[in-house]
Amino acid sequence: MGELSRIWRESDHRYRLVAHECGNCKRIFFPPRDVCPICHRDSIGKMREVELSGKGTISSFTVVHDSPRAFKRQRPYVLALIDLDEGPTITAQIVDTPLDQIEIGKRVHSVFRRIHEDGPGGIIQYGYKFAVDLS
Amino acid sequence: MSGIVSYGSYIPKYRIKPEEIARIWGENPEHIKKGLYILSKSVPAPDEDTATIAVEAARNAVKRGRINVKDIGAIFVGSESHPYAVKPTATIVASALGVDFSLFSADYEFACKAGTAAIQNAKAMVDAGYIKLGMAIGSDTSQGAPGDALEYSASAGGTAIIIGKDNVIAEINHTLSVTSDTPDFWRREGQPYPTHGERFTGEPAYFKHVMSAAKLLMERANSEPGDYRYAVFHQPNGKFPSRAAKKLGFTEEQFKTGLLTPYIGNTYSGSMMTGLSAVLDEASPGDRILAVSFGSGAGSDAFDITVTEHIDDMERESASTIKQFLNNVEYVDYSIYAKFKKKIVFGGNLE
Ligand SMILES: [Zn+2]
Repeated sequence: MGELSRIWRESDHRYRLVAHECGNCKRIFFPPRDVCPICHRDSIGKMREVELSGKGTISSFTVVHDSPRAFKRQRPYVLALIDLDEGPTITAQIVDTPLDQIEIGKRVHSVFRRIHEDGPGGIIQYGYKFAVDLS
Repeated sequence: MSGIVSYGSYIPKYRIKPEEIARIWGENPEHIKKGLYILSKSVPAPDEDTATIAVEAARNAVKRGRINVKDIGAIFVGSESHPYAVKPTATIVASALGVDFSLFSADYEFACKAGTAAIQNAKAMVDAGYIKLGMAIGSDTSQGAPGDALEYSASAGGTAIIIGKDNVIAEINHTLSVTSDTPDFWRREGQPYPTHGERFTGEPAYFKHVMSAAKLLMERANSEPGDYRYAVFHQPNGKFPSRAAKKLGFTEEQFKTGLLTPYIGNTYSGSMMTGLSAVLDEASPGDRILAVSFGSGAGSDAFDITVTEHIDDMERESASTIKQFLNNVEYVDYSIYAKFKKKIVFGGNLE
């Protein structure tokens, strides 16, 4: 049930890219943090929820051939480091994009996808992945 | 009067052609292309389902209409392929949009007309003053059994329509429905693929319900086919809607804009609504639209719609248009299709 609680707790940030902005230094953190790691106690009570636009740029990526079994249908798939326009960098899967069109510097946008399925009778975890923008 | 304040669609990127399906099952693809008028159909990626499609369509509707999600008071999702047997798709959409906790919501089922039934109920709640905005979604990732005729058409896609009273881009002047107990198509609980009652699929099901609903609607609206700029019908294949339209007295000019099945297949609950979305992408103020859905089992929902001047204030290109979905495609072969659609099953609890 620990896993289920985590999925439920994280659904805002995984579904809608909800981040936290420090009211003191204005830095944005994703995944959200309760305390700003730079301002520490000056940020207490000043962390504010903000919804990210889901727009960003690929800063690095890797093609995963040796995937976990649950990703067998998507192999090979791409995991990328994405610099979001609001500041934070996140790791996410790139979908719907042919491998030869994935490059550092390409603009991407977030999409809503299935992330993981806990067997045929278990909970389905949804969340963000990214796709390269149409040029 | 209430009407459509925004709309948005989503169609998965992948496509398969009838040639490729016919190659596997030893059939003549020309029969499918000419007989059913299907040239390709959409295929969802392995990580897409009715909920992800519903969310993408809903987000496009919110973006296009610059909707404040806190104004959405109801979300109804119609589908015959909800990801859970018990746990509503509407809850996932609500959470993904970030709408208020105070929300009317439910999943609807009525084969391919569950989404249009959702439009009617959202409209009724807006008219009754229960809510400011109501969202109706038709979304499906339908399945045809391998080798079955339905495999050529059953596809994936969805559309969300937001109903309200302010800044209405298309007034819903009239809506009505017809319903009967007809054994044309069904799927029992736990069965992966549907069954169709061959001799019931055409005349006693699709044509009877679609044409009766259209005629009743025009009687009520005191209108005739010539009054409409566009006509959209449920489209299980490319042939049925054209035949129904012509029998009713509509011309190809009126129904071609909303006829998408030849390119994307039958998106079931998304079918008529996505055709309507294609029409709204192009329509001008004053255009009148007749839209009729069909759900097996069976019934039809009919709508008489007039586009208003507010459609010119809307940045329709701010969310993906149907033309963009039709242009951005990647074709897959049958083996990739079978893998994506989980027709190839792994042993054990691998997924
Ligand atoms: Zn800070």
